[in-house]
Amino acid sequence: MAVIRDVMPNFDLVQPASLADARKLLDSDPDNVWLMAGGLDSFDWLKDRIRKPKTVVDLTGIDEMRGVRAWNDGIEIGPLTTLTDVVNDPMVKAKYSILSQAAELVASPQIRNQGTIGGNVSQDTRCWYYRSGWPCYRAGGNLCYADTPVGRNREHAILDAQRCVAVSPSDSAPALIALDAKFVISTKNGEKTIDAQDYFLGPAIDITHMTILKPGDILTAIRIPGTWANSKFYFEKIRDRNVWDFPLMNIAAAMKMSGNTITDARMAVAGAAARPWRLTDVEAQIKGKTADEATGKAAGELAVKDAVPLQFNAYKIPLMKNLVKRAISGVQEATWEA
Amino acid sequence: MSDTPGLNILGNEPSNPGRRRFIQGVIASGVAVSAMQYRFMQTARGQSSAGAERLITLNVNGQTRRVGVLKQETLAWTLRYKLGLTATKLGCDRAECGACTVTLDDTAHYSCSVLTHTVRGKKVVTVEGLASPDGTLHPVQQGVIDEQGFQCAFCMSGFMMAAAAFLKKNPNPTRAEMAHGVSGNLCRCQDYDKILTALMKAAEHTRRANNVA
Repeated sequence: MAVIRDVMPNFDLVQPASLADARKLLDSDPDNVWLMAGGLDSFDWLKDRIRKPKTVVDLTGIDEMRGVRAWNDGIEIGPLTTLTDVVNDPMVKAKYSILSQAAELVASPQIRNQGTIGGNVSQDTRCWYYRSGWPCYRAGGNLCYADTPVGRNREHAILDAQRCVAVSPSDSAPALIALDAKFVISTKNGEKTIDAQDYFLGPAIDITHMTILKPGDILTAIRIPGTWANSKFYFEKIRDRNVWDFPLMNIAAAMKMSGNTITDARMAVAGAAARPWRLTDVEAQIKGKTADEATGKAAGELAVKDAVPLQFNAYKIPLMKNLVKRAISGVQEATWEA
Repeated sequence: MSDTPGLNILGNEPSNPGRRRFIQGVIASGVAVSAMQYRFMQTARGQSSAGAERLITLNVNGQTRRVGVLKQETLAWTLRYKLGLTATKLGCDRAECGACTVTLDDTAHYSCSVLTHTVRGKKVVTVEGLASPDGTLHPVQQGVIDEQGFQCAFCMSGFMMAAAAFLKKNPNPTRAEMAHGVSGNLCRCQDYDKILTALMKAAEHTRRANNVA
């Protein structure tokens, strides 16, 4: 892909200061409006001239959509809160350290200073065929360039692929699913609240969208209930470089314990499927078992039961098995210091 | 060898042109690329005369600067090509190298990935604004000079701004913490060890300055 270093093509920039103003903008012309938060995903599309929106709406001036506050027995996070602010927030640190940990592992310090939690969960996939503007299934075409005998698919999906083999690149999404977060969406017809895992779509449901957001929708809040606060957490991210890289795979687990017995669990991985993949079978299987290596090993086998590797990503099967095992036994077997 | 490379460009072919010709080809295409970039820059200026720019007021390095800015213009572009602050480098233009790092309200950002229109009301600082008005060098500048931390130094401005922002929050870092603090910056010369030594020296100077103040 050629890297063009010219200024971006013309677009109109609108900077609403309230959600109501943004709503008005979206209702007037939802199909020609590009919503931008931190901009780090948007700029790739705009600079490469693959997406050419007429109007870009800079959401960062909407203060009501920023910050972490107490909400019922849990917390509510404004989607415009930067990842750095999520990492350092005292409430997140005290009760939901897994989210703080996941956000800290995103990209680089500068990106975390600007990138938002809403953007991190809503970002598009990183499949380079798609991002380079190839007319693939996800781009509305009728071919997958990654899933061919010579396609570069080392980073692609092992689970739930259907025509498109791209994966979810988010680090915070699995953590939010493990915490049973709810996403609040402002739509043309009012507000709706959905479970975190239902925010994300696999190719069988919608091959051209990663999330349930339709043109004209805005993610307005992320709510985390108190249910999983201070449970036993495990987060691990595997990537090629210690900075910048998206996960080859990551895992987030929240487990309620009675002694060393798992009484309840929620677990999700990103980098395995087009959406952050919740391991419901594993959650059911480990309930009532001891949190040790044997339970973890059996759970790992179950987790990859339906996995289908592509030409260059078979390594993801043992990787996923091991991540599940480690999440359950709570032992990170190897670390890599910067 | 009697033939000089300079003469070859004028058509004085060497007897065995293979390798040299190849190298010349590479150099020539490099020139073409830079020329293209220059042309793009002219295009942007052309657009500006067509009136797509808005005159806005920015706070850059403590000064109030009035500047005409396109809606889609990045801060790195404005700083370099409108305000003449060329210490800020454009490396990848994709938030992947750190050469364009500046601080916005004391927080490090990639200026290639910030729209200039979104920094109105924020305090923008580039390397040119690090030293005090009386000429006293910033601790990071002093540390870099003391330890001669950089090799080619293309990445230096970005590293210095990332380090300045980091030291403001954590003036007493371990070497590993400092490495984490500037982990959003790449050095193509792989000079990281010396860079870290310089930045640790900068931390020392920062603590000394804080104690005096």
